[in-house]
Amino acid sequence: MKAWQHPSFVVGAALSLIFAIVAMLSLVWTPYPITEIDIGRRFLGPSEAHWLGTDHLGRDMVSLIMRGTLTSFFVAAIAVLIGAGIGVPLGLVAAGFRGRAEWAVLRVSDFIFAFPALIVAILITTLFGPGAVNAIIAIGIFNIPVFARVTRGGALAIRPMAFVSAARLAGLDNWQIALRHLLPNIAGLVIVQATIQLSLGILAEAGLSYVGLGTQPPDTSLGLMLRDAQALFILHPFLSLVPGIAIVILVIALNLAGDGMRDLLDPRLRSQDTRNGVA
Amino acid sequence: MRSIATLLVSATLLLTGVTAVFAQADDITIAVALEPPALDPTAGAAEAIDIVTYQNIFEGLTRIDRDGSVQPGLASDWTISDDGLSYVFSLREDVVFHDGSTFDADDVAFTFERILADDSTNAQKSLYEVIEAVEVEDPQTVRFTLAQPSGRFLFDIGRGDAVIVASESAENNATLPIGTGPYAFVQWDRGSRVILERFDSYWGDRPPLARATIQFIGDTATLINALLAGEVDGTNNMAAEALEVFANNPEFQVLVGTTEGEVVLATNNRIEPFSDLKVRQAMAHAIDRDALIEGVTYGYSAPIGSHFAPHHPFYVDLTQTYPYDLERARTLLAEAGYEDGFSATLKLPPVGYARQSGQILASQFAEIGITLELINVEWAQWLEDVLTNHDYDLSIVAHVEPFDIGIYADPDYYFGYDNADFRELIETLNTTTDDAERRTLAEEAQRILAEDAVNGYLFELAQTGVWRAGLEGMWQDSPIEGLVLRDLRWSE
Amino acid sequence: MPGIAIRRIAGFVATLLVAALVVFVLLDLLPGDPARFILGINASAEAVASLRTQMGFDAPAWQRFGDWLWGMLQGDFGISYTQGAPVAELIAERIWVTLPLAGVAMVISVAVGLPLGIAAARRRGRPADTALMVLAQIGIAIPNFWFGLLLALVFAVMLGWLPTGGFIPWQEDPVSAARSLVLPGLALALPQAAILARVMRTALVEVSGQDFIRTAEAKGMTRGEALWRHGVRNALLPVITILGLQFAFLISGVIIVENVFYLPGLGRLVLAAILERDLVLVRGITMVLIVAVTATMLLTDLLYTLVDPRVRTGGRP
Repeated sequence: MKAWQHPSFVVGAALSLIFAIVAMLSLVWTPYPITEIDIGRRFLGPSEAHWLGTDHLGRDMVSLIMRGTLTSFFVAAIAVLIGAGIGVPLGLVAAGFRGRAEWAVLRVSDFIFAFPALIVAILITTLFGPGAVNAIIAIGIFNIPVFARVTRGGALAIRPMAFVSAARLAGLDNWQIALRHLLPNIAGLVIVQATIQLSLGILAEAGLSYVGLGTQPPDTSLGLMLRDAQALFILHPFLSLVPGIAIVILVIALNLAGDGMRDLLDPRLRSQDTRNGVA
Repeated sequence: MRSIATLLVSATLLLTGVTAVFAQADDITIAVALEPPALDPTAGAAEAIDIVTYQNIFEGLTRIDRDGSVQPGLASDWTISDDGLSYVFSLREDVVFHDGSTFDADDVAFTFERILADDSTNAQKSLYEVIEAVEVEDPQTVRFTLAQPSGRFLFDIGRGDAVIVASESAENNATLPIGTGPYAFVQWDRGSRVILERFDSYWGDRPPLARATIQFIGDTATLINALLAGEVDGTNNMAAEALEVFANNPEFQVLVGTTEGEVVLATNNRIEPFSDLKVRQAMAHAIDRDALIEGVTYGYSAPIGSHFAPHHPFYVDLTQTYPYDLERARTLLAEAGYEDGFSATLKLPPVGYARQSGQILASQFAEIGITLELINVEWAQWLEDVLTNHDYDLSIVAHVEPFDIGIYADPDYYFGYDNADFRELIETLNTTTDDAERRTLAEEAQRILAEDAVNGYLFELAQTGVWRAGLEGMWQDSPIEGLVLRDLRWSE
Repeated sequence: MPGIAIRRIAGFVATLLVAALVVFVLLDLLPGDPARFILGINASAEAVASLRTQMGFDAPAWQRFGDWLWGMLQGDFGISYTQGAPVAELIAERIWVTLPLAGVAMVISVAVGLPLGIAAARRRGRPADTALMVLAQIGIAIPNFWFGLLLALVFAVMLGWLPTGGFIPWQEDPVSAARSLVLPGLALALPQAAILARVMRTALVEVSGQDFIRTAEAKGMTRGEALWRHGVRNALLPVITILGLQFAFLISGVIIVENVFYLPGLGRLVLAAILERDLVLVRGITMVLIVAVTATMLLTDLLYTLVDPRVRTGGRP
């Protein structure tokens, strides 16, 4: 199947891309600087000067959403890199060597799973103070066992295949098999999982920011915008709806892209739904 | 069709009728933001303890009234010797504790011995160290001897930290508080609420409400919902940004009053560049108080120009000492050698006014080239870094003790303000009992602080109560930490 | 079979021991003096020192760790610094909010998610399927605290059907206690139900292509009957796995949702305890939560081995 024949993938990927571009754009340009506070112009409705109005500090909502998306993306993406960077090798070792190595990997991942992610975040926060970095670490730690399991599962499914046995007969050792044959063949699976963890990371960042443990002002994230607007919900529901809906659309877009990619890469993997949230 | 409409109307009437019946009930549910860690006001600093217990469960020899004045409490009367060193209190006779034991002079002696003991964990012990001896003259008479005269002694013994406890029950007050107040403790569902009930053997006037529930709701949005849904009858402090929800709603009344909380931009005077008076003056000139107050408190707070509460009779308006003037601020910075400004950190405790003020001040200071890095910290860390270790540049916090200008006389306090003249002035003030003299001294003290721009003086926290219409007797102002239930009642 | 079970249980105990060590070390490193926190901004250094001694901070770390472990085995979790009450007692009070809440959320998510998943699978490719899967996507994407607030606004403030929050103890009024858990339970359950619906649908679609379903259909069953009789049972395996995992996520969700609905549960207790540096209490609650999560995972593992003998080595797929 061609990518453009899969409509939900096209929609998801296109939306994700738009969000990503808008977020990246905020690095070099936003309509207004997000640190520019002007109490005199707060709670403005949508207008030509401010397409989405202004918030409780008179900041431009479009600028905030752009920057907030960037932070949310950034936190989730780095957390995915941490999770994949540590989890994938662990999974490969488990699948490639089996035996004690596998046992150890599974116990470590059980162990990480056992710590409620929010408690990890709280502990990290109290150690190092609140901030986006701690959200990244907490979500990243949580991602490790997810990637370890997905990698191991995928690799185990490939192991019995003929080409792996052939490689073994050709005299390759476990390391070489893991790197040359297992890893390339599960790369698609890992990328799919990364998309899903990215969307989960964005939700988790929102949850952490909501309890005050995530992104800190003057920077902003979609979650922090929700927190700021929480008490104003009845008076200015718009301030809450804008970031809220942004999160929902972004997460759906990433999930559609991930699901679509999975279908396109390997229809057999459809049943591997390991989507779940930290918060 | 018409009959259905009539039916609906009568159903609505029935429902409102039912509500009205409830409104005349003799109980109340009040929401407060923070849950106390324990219920003994003499062994912990948390304001939340006083909110629940002060003048409700526990009472002191004197009590602070809604206007901040000192009134007789468990002591019906007192005489002060001419040298101001000896106080003789006559105690009320028909007072019993909630467990039925009687109150007498021994309880007073026990209470103050406990406060002053070596292993005391009273947070305000230093206030009472002026006491040299407490002697029981007879069961209804106690004599206090002071080391030096004190202009604030009668106020201090009326605080929550000095409420009278009984030797039999003091140990358990943290979880089972036994006092002499108009309301007795019933139960504490941790994480949820404290229930108090009218104490029938109370010595004073019988309070109108039979039962009070204090519900702990930390989240503002949740609190708004609970009020709108009728689950709670009021709160002593609603976040300023949400007051508008209730201001125009006939079912509610909004009471805006004063507190003793001066919000200051605490400045570490020990270190560069803040040790330079010109830098501090420049910062003072760069603060746009009006915008700040509008932004943080939606205009509900009064500006301050020194460390003093605007509603206090000794207050002087010093807000124009260094008026908002960016040109002047830039010039002063340049004179101090910081033409290009400088960078500093701003450590913010986890309270809304501090976090929001921080954001706004950072944007105001950016105008004169001062870059502030905002660092949000939790209370435990704030106490350690800022208060104990003085490891900070700037911070924003409210100092909520009444009449606490004396904290600037301690060079080891976290401001690091070391001014011998000011110390001497405060010492004189503390030992002066004449009101006119005290006024002159207090005014002078305010002026020195304002001119030295020791801290950035921002605004006085407002008390912003939201109450269900028909409730009467709430304290509009908050001259002391507490939520006094004694006078609350539902109107007809 | 018994070999696997024993290995799993050994792993469980080992996990708990390591977790206890990690929790203890992490908390010992935390900055902030609990004594200073209790006494506040104006207390003298003397009073703080005096309280520190009373709280027993002077013993060496290994000894305190040993005491703590030994105490826990006997059900003694120590005394909370800030509340002056036994930690075991505080946890016991709160766990009757948190566990039922997690339970309500699980039940709602199963009761809503599975039928929807089955319904979608039966109408595979038709508009109803698409609509349900779109709903599921939205359900997964809404932050649960935000959803909770919207729920409270609609069902408590506007309609007045359920309380906005708070909790009356079970022994006082079981009905209103249960009512208090409905909205937070819904908020927690939504994403989980959406996930379950998707898993169920995918699993059913998968088995529907397999021989035994075709055989059943050939024997004259309708597609729905065939799916119900044969498909659902087979599809339950991945569902059990997901359910076990979801419990761990629910525990994190509970902490946030308890804040939105001001429920007196373990989540709010642990959050407050950390902010107040009540280390004894934090340790105790963290361990209880870890035991709950680990035990659930152990149970699903064992259940899985029982249900599916093909699983021999390793953990979940």
